[in-house]
Amino acid sequence: MTMIFGIPIQAFLGQLLVGLINGSFYAMLSLGLAIIFGLLRVINFAHGAQYMLGAFAGYLLLTWFGIGYWPSLILVPLIVGVIGLVIEKFALSRLYSVDPLYGLLFTFGLALVLEGVFRYYFGVSGNPYPTPSLLAGGTNLGFMFLPIYRGWVVVASLIVCIGVWIAIEKTKLGAYLRAATENPRLVQAFGVNVPLLLTLTYGIGSGLAGLAGILAAPVYQVSPLMGSDLIIVVFAVVVVGGMGSILGAIVTGYILGLAEGLTKVFYPEASSVVIFVIMAAVLLVRPAGLFGREGA
Amino acid sequence: MNRPNALLSVDDLHAWYGESHALHGVSLDILPGETVTLVGRNGVGKTTTLRAIIGIIRKRTGAIQFDGKDLMRLPLHRTAHAGIGFVPEERGIFASLTVEENLMLPPVVAPGGMSLKEIFDLFPNLHERRNSQGTRLSGGEQQMLAMARMLRTGVKLLLLDEPTEGLAPVIVQRIGEVLAELKTRGMTILLVEQNFRFASRIADRFFLMEHGRVTAAFPAGELESRMDLLHQVLGV
Amino acid sequence: MADTALERTNPQRARIEWLVIVIGILLLIAAPFAVYPIFLMRMLCFALFACAFNLLLGYTGLLSFGHAAFFGGAAYFCAYAVESWGFSPEAGILLGVAGAAVLGAVIGFFAIRRQGIYFAMITLALAQMFYFFCVQAPFTRGEDGIQGVPRGFLFGFIDLNKPLAMYFFVLAVFLIGVFIIWRIVNSPFGMILKSIRENETRAISLGYSVANYKLAAFVMSAALAGLAGALKAIVFQFATLTDVAWQMSGEVILMTLLGGIGTMVGPIVGAGFVVSLENRLATSGFPVQIVIGLIFMICVLLFRRGIVGEILAFFDRRKPRS
Repeated sequence: MTMIFGIPIQAFLGQLLVGLINGSFYAMLSLGLAIIFGLLRVINFAHGAQYMLGAFAGYLLLTWFGIGYWPSLILVPLIVGVIGLVIEKFALSRLYSVDPLYGLLFTFGLALVLEGVFRYYFGVSGNPYPTPSLLAGGTNLGFMFLPIYRGWVVVASLIVCIGVWIAIEKTKLGAYLRAATENPRLVQAFGVNVPLLLTLTYGIGSGLAGLAGILAAPVYQVSPLMGSDLIIVVFAVVVVGGMGSILGAIVTGYILGLAEGLTKVFYPEASSVVIFVIMAAVLLVRPAGLFGREGA
Repeated sequence: MNRPNALLSVDDLHAWYGESHALHGVSLDILPGETVTLVGRNGVGKTTTLRAIIGIIRKRTGAIQFDGKDLMRLPLHRTAHAGIGFVPEERGIFASLTVEENLMLPPVVAPGGMSLKEIFDLFPNLHERRNSQGTRLSGGEQQMLAMARMLRTGVKLLLLDEPTEGLAPVIVQRIGEVLAELKTRGMTILLVEQNFRFASRIADRFFLMEHGRVTAAFPAGELESRMDLLHQVLGV
Repeated sequence: MADTALERTNPQRARIEWLVIVIGILLLIAAPFAVYPIFLMRMLCFALFACAFNLLLGYTGLLSFGHAAFFGGAAYFCAYAVESWGFSPEAGILLGVAGAAVLGAVIGFFAIRRQGIYFAMITLALAQMFYFFCVQAPFTRGEDGIQGVPRGFLFGFIDLNKPLAMYFFVLAVFLIGVFIIWRIVNSPFGMILKSIRENETRAISLGYSVANYKLAAFVMSAALAGLAGALKAIVFQFATLTDVAWQMSGEVILMTLLGGIGTMVGPIVGAGFVVSLENRLATSGFPVQIVIGLIFMICVLLFRRGIVGEILAFFDRRKPRS
């Protein structure tokens, strides 16, 4: 058995893969947070709950309607996205004229409600979601065993992140988004319906969280608590990366996931806090974040 | 009183920045195809007037009629669709967009706007730099870009806030040429300008502002006879 | 947070305030004879917690999302010292306060390097880190928490097992804590904090080392929150992970928001309301978290001044314009 740094290479790469998978979710979620924050100037505390909502939507689509994984990949982001649209239109939009901390507090309340509702009906234990048969099982790559679904998660998250990045940087709608992030009044004065853009952005951000949720369902258990533990870590990711750049949010998510995985190999007790430690270190050395521009 | 066939008619416009009462009853009107200039010292409310017309300032009373539409009732994102283009004092070029993206950003609101090719013919250096980041252009080029992107949209009235501010004489001349070209194409222009000489070369009509209201209005032909007044008020 | 109820000096209002305070204290002294003392003590502990939190939010303008670390941390320190080391209650409380102050200094040091929303996220993350530490550290006894903390004898001779003795001790500590906060807020130091809340750049340009003031306020707030937490550990005789969880941080924010950010009395009212509500709901089986979340959302949308803030605004409207 080959060893690396005194550890069997299988175990090492196995943990690294777990780290990469966690990183995939960190990347997708901090991407959504960064998009919402960039335009709306609101920290969406409910992002974790929307991720949980996505996982549960997939679970319920399956158990109530027999709708499987592949259609759910489309339906779930739509469902969560539409819920997000409604929330923004009728509630969140009223908070743009006041201190942004109220937006944080509102979405915090929303997160409590969403988690509370699912906790009430489903308890705190997790529900299993079956891996789609197409992606079941694994392959032996020689130096490690790769469960196929895990590999799919990494690939899918990369596709989603890169796809979103391209949409923002290279399309017309993305240009509206970027311009409105810089100077929303002027963009409105040009005749662009910025309030609608804000609503859509929150919807898309929520939908992204929901998509992450359905992707996560076969990997982690579908539990009402899955969002809240995750969101705090994602906040730390976002502080490390800075929210100035979409690419920065994505890259930081993957890097921190890997860091977490590495820590699990060598110093397991610290793995749940290593991201916070890195956050503290970054705050000392580069307070604006690795990719940030001053602008909170 | 405002003329009946005016394209833009502003009547007793009051506006506030928060608690601060900035406009105290501005009245002016512009005929189709006219170029009018708002002149006045710093801080009298010239920029505020433009911003109140386009609707960036929401706390306002009075009447603003444009092309038969009541602008006071329109939300901000509908005003451009009525046919008004706004070129702000700070130019508003977006750093996260390329020159071409900046150019293409304002949506087309009416037919009759210039095509992209026509715009690039008028502003060849913009074509050259079209893939550069918007804010990498010089001040003069940014001003050209700010004006150019409005030309694509088909707006009938252009609100220009201090287009020549801080620019070298060569660029100022170029801007004057562009405005003259626009005039021949029938564009209606409301210009705010500190540079009196520049304004006097293209304006058909002058509105003098003091302390948040229009205190004098006269056609370009009367300019000579009003120079004493202007010296007194503006110190030119 | 600029739309909080600002304090304005006004002799008529000052008289009303004094009247309210005196009546309030008299009520609190009489209360344990009519209302279940444990419930009252819970209210007082959380009221002190909320007041301490409000020192940071309402008066300095800093939203901390991790105050549970100080409240619960002090509860743990005090509980452990009293239960394992045989500390007297007052010594345990002092230890709790000291521990919370140190924790406040550490967390505050990192958090103040960013502003606004980032500050809130950092406090949340670091408090979560402390939570994970509490989960794993042996002295906290993990999921069970520290149980069976003896009430002990205050100053060696007052038996705190007697409900009235415990109650009046809690009331005394509460009044002292609130008095300290009141003095801080109305001191020159407090004025500077308020100016930082109003316009930080201005304060910097006036020459104040704003970071130091923020850190000082943070540590004070943490210490006072610790006072509340340590007190709670003695009263209820246990300290658990619930006390350091992020939900607890959220609760104290809600109490302050609901009662009225930036008012002295607001957090007390808010704490009273929330504790009563939770008490009611606990027996009914209705999910508390959902109700708390809904109140949060409604409060933020419609009711940002909070109960006391709205009352003060009502009186201000009735005053003729000066």
